[in-house]
This record gives sequence, C-alpha cells and structure tokens, in this order.
Amino acid sequence: MTGPPGPVTIKRCVSRFLSARPRVRLAGLLTGPAVWLVALYLGSLIALFLTSFYQLNEDGTGINEKIGSTNYHELLDKTVYRDVALRTIGVAILVTVIDMCLALPIAFFIAKIARPRVRTLLITAVLVPLWGSYLVKAFAWRALLGSPGGVIDRTFGTSPGYGLPAVVIVLAYLWLPYMIVPIYAGLDRLPDSLLEASNDLGAGFWYTFRSVVVPMLLPAIVAGSVFTFSLSMGDYIAVELVGGPTQMIGSVVYDNFASNLPFAAAFATVPILVMIVYLLGIRRTGALDNL
Amino acid sequence: MIYSNRTTRAGFRAWTAVVVAFLWLPLAIVAVLSFNTSASLAWPPKGFTGKWWTKAIDNDGARDALVMSLKTAVGATILALLLGTAASFAVHRFKFFGREPLSLILVLPIALPGIVTGIALNSAFRQIGLSLGTLSLIIAHATFCVVVVYNNVIARLRRLSPNLEEASSDLGADMFQTFRFVTFPLLRSALLAGGLLAFGLSFDEIVVTTFTNGPGNDLQTLPQWILNNLSRGEQQPIVNVVATAVMVFSLVPVWAAQRLTGEQGGLAGR
Repeated sequence: MTGPPGPVTIKRCVSRFLSARPRVRLAGLLTGPAVWLVALYLGSLIALFLTSFYQLNEDGTGINEKIGSTNYHELLDKTVYRDVALRTIGVAILVTVIDMCLALPIAFFIAKIARPRVRTLLITAVLVPLWGSYLVKAFAWRALLGSPGGVIDRTFGTSPGYGLPAVVIVLAYLWLPYMIVPIYAGLDRLPDSLLEASNDLGAGFWYTFRSVVVPMLLPAIVAGSVFTFSLSMGDYIAVELVGGPTQMIGSVVYDNFASNLPFAAAFATVPILVMIVYLLGIRRTGALDNL
Repeated sequence: MIYSNRTTRAGFRAWTAVVVAFLWLPLAIVAVLSFNTSASLAWPPKGFTGKWWTKAIDNDGARDALVMSLKTAVGATILALLLGTAASFAVHRFKFFGREPLSLILVLPIALPGIVTGIALNSAFRQIGLSLGTLSLIIAHATFCVVVVYNNVIARLRRLSPNLEEASSDLGADMFQTFRFVTFPLLRSALLAGGLLAFGLSFDEIVVTTFTNGPGNDLQTLPQWILNNLSRGEQQPIVNVVATAVMVFSLVPVWAAQRLTGEQGGLAGR
C-alpha cells in the first residue's frame, strides 16, 4: 500500500521497495538471529555431540577422531557415573518440587491477598535476591552451613554441614525466585472474577485453590520448573562449595573438560537429552511462552 | 479478591514471611560480615569496622573486574536487543519454514544448563580459531541474552493492534517513519525491560564465562574475580564488601524495571 506522493527521498524508495517485498524484509530480520542461534549455537551443540563419539589417544595425548561409543559404554557401565547421573536428576526433581511448594503460596499471597503497597514491596523482596550474585549467595550458604562454626551451627547447636542435603537446600534456595516470578505472573493474569465465580458456586477456598487456581497456573508452574530443573542439573560451583564430596553431572563434566573432552561431551548429552525431552513434552502446555 | 477466612490469610502471610526471610537471610549475613573486624567467616562477628570497605575501593583487581563486567554486559545487551527484536518481528509478522523450531532454539540457551552452553561454545570457538577474550565472551553472553529480549518484545507485539501501523501507513508514513514514530514508542518499555534483564543475566553469569573468557588475569569479570578470591582467606572480607555493594546496586535496575513495565510477563519476559 503506498501513501500519497511525498518528496522522493532515498528512504522512501527503499521503503517502497521493501513494502512490496515481504520475503526481503523477512530475510533481513531473520539472517542475524538465524546465523547466531542456528549456525553458531546449534552448530556448536551438534559439534559437541559429535565429539562425544571420539576418544582420547591411547597415550592420552590429543583426541582420536574415530567414531565409537566407548564413552557412552563407560557412562552406562560404570556404577560411579550411573550413580552421578541418577543422583543429579533426583536432586533436580527434589529441588523443583521443594521450590514449587515454597513458591505457590507466596506467589498467591503476593498476587491475590496482599494490598498493592505490600505487593510492590514483596515483588522487590523476591527480585533483588534473583539479581544478587549467584556466587555470593552460594558462598553465604557456606558460611551458614559450616559445621562446626557456621551460623546455623552456632545458633541452633547443629547443622546439616556440607554434603548432599546441603546441595539440595542451597540449590532450592538459589533457584526459588525463578519459580516464584513466573507463578506470580501467571496468577496476576488470572482474573479475580473466576475465583469469585467459583466461590459463588459454593466452592470453599481450598476447593477453588485446588480445582481452579492450580490447573490454570500449570503453564506458569511448568515454566518455572524448566529453570529450577535445568539450573540444578548443570550446577557445579554451588555443589563444590557446599557439597562436600558430592559429585553431580556438572562436576564430572567440569573435571573432565580439560583432560578428556570426548567423555565430558558424552556426559553433557545427558542433561541435553533430558531437557530436550522435557521441553518437547511441555510445548503443548504453552509453558514456553511463560519463560 | 478470592474469598478466604482470616485463618487462611494469616497462614499465607506467615508462609510468605518465612520464605522472604529464607531468601534474605544469607544476603544479610554477607552484609553483616562485610563490617566484621575478623577476616574469617566465623560467626558471630567480633566487632564493627569499615576498613574492608576502604580496602575494597582501593582494590585494583575488583575495579578492573567491574569494568570488564560492565563492558561485557553492555556489549551482550546491545547485541541481544538487535537480534532479539529482529527475531521477534520475524516470528510474529511472518510465516516461514522452521518458525516453530526457531522459537524452540531461541529458548535453548537458557533452558540448557550453563555448563553445556559453555563447553559447546568453548570448543566451537577453538575450532574456528577465535581466541578466548572479551569478544568471545560477549558473543557467548549475547547467545543466552537474546531470548529475554525476544520474549519481552514478542509478548508486546502480540498485544499491539495492527491497526495502528496501518493507520500510519495510510496517512502516508513510510516504513521507517512508522517504525520510528509508532512501533518503536510502543515497544520502548518492553525493550528496556528486556535489556535490563539481559544486562543483569550477563553481569552475574559465571559458568559460561568460565569457559569462554581468556585465562588471562586482567580479563576477569566480577563473578570470576569473586570466585578466584573466595578460596583466598585474606581476600574474604573484600569479597563480602564487593558482594554487598553489588546487591545494593542491583536495587536500581530492579526498581527501574518495575517502574517501566506495569504489566508482568514471565521471568524472561518480565
């Protein structure tokens, strides 16, 4: 569609040229993101996947580019690595469930019960820890959990110390805001009139909560779980700080990265596969728009 | 408001109070320890001093790291704004082969663990011969920042009425004028919110950073500096100071982002 004739400028000519050619416009918009994400990012993921089929030379120098499934055999056959993989997935599930239980009531309180002034204050209170440095928080937990001499130990006389329980606590702490924010946003979009209607139809508070609020929030909860699950599965720094001897997938990948890249790559495909299956599974719920 | 009795509301209030305390307790401990006379992490603090704050301000390593972090975050944010906006326009305005997979691929860099992105980009950069430094770091950070801009902008585009742009073009504006005077002002707050979030993500990132930044000491970002100094006992109190300062300064973007966007999207689309 062309407007009334104006002064003929280069800009106008380009504009007219482009408005008649949507394909050229699309190419202009798409080239950058496609090169970046498909060629660079997806390309390097695929290269990493291919690397996982290589192996180290016998003498440990350099990588032999002969395709084989040695790394995957080692991964599946050695109980140590199987345990690490299962432990990591277990921790990720546990952390996700804990965060859901902690986040749902607080998000509900912020969105539907608190007065507007308190609401703003609470949103800030949840968001600032999200922005506060990851390292500082993990490191603060080191000070908290230390046994003996940590803050918790000094205050209560006992502490979980460093180990697997500490890993679960700290990861649940670290990723909690990532769960609260999407659930809060989902609740914010949920019209109050629906809750009132449920109440008018005779449902009590908990019945409404269970059969109206939670089902409608599902995409938001699932979106939050993508973060808590994925972040837990890849973590190695917090695990090293408070985990004691605990090993997770992230720590094994990190430790092998410099010395045995093909094996690190093979182990890294575990979280990739888990996440891709998860993402494909939840695509229908509309959770990805809630990220 | 949902019907609820006094006890239920009190229960929710108490739960919220406990969870907020849980969120803030570790941060408060770090802030308190930054004023502790003793250099150790031991609790309770021995006495009050401001000397670590003076030392931190004079610490060249921390200052250089801060500059490096700011540079990286600004570079990654600018790239993310350009790429994320272009991608959201393409996905929203056009139908093309591979549109659905593309929107899934955009999400991947934040949906996959950082260590996966880190080692994948690290080996790719080495393969193509790009030396690890500021440039590789900015490229890596932009990769996971694109999605937050994309989510913010596409959420806004979906709510915009196409009539506005049509009206503009009916009135004789060319494409550039329509973008500049109609579309851009409507997108501005979404771009700012996405940009702020991208900046925050990049500023705090440590895992991808570990794998895509050069090993040279002068090129450390602030999180790298913090990580390196965590293990050194004598630097401990200075790390506490830096951490507290970063936290206080993060109040500004959080507050700004909330003022700028009345509506709340998801986390990445806040």
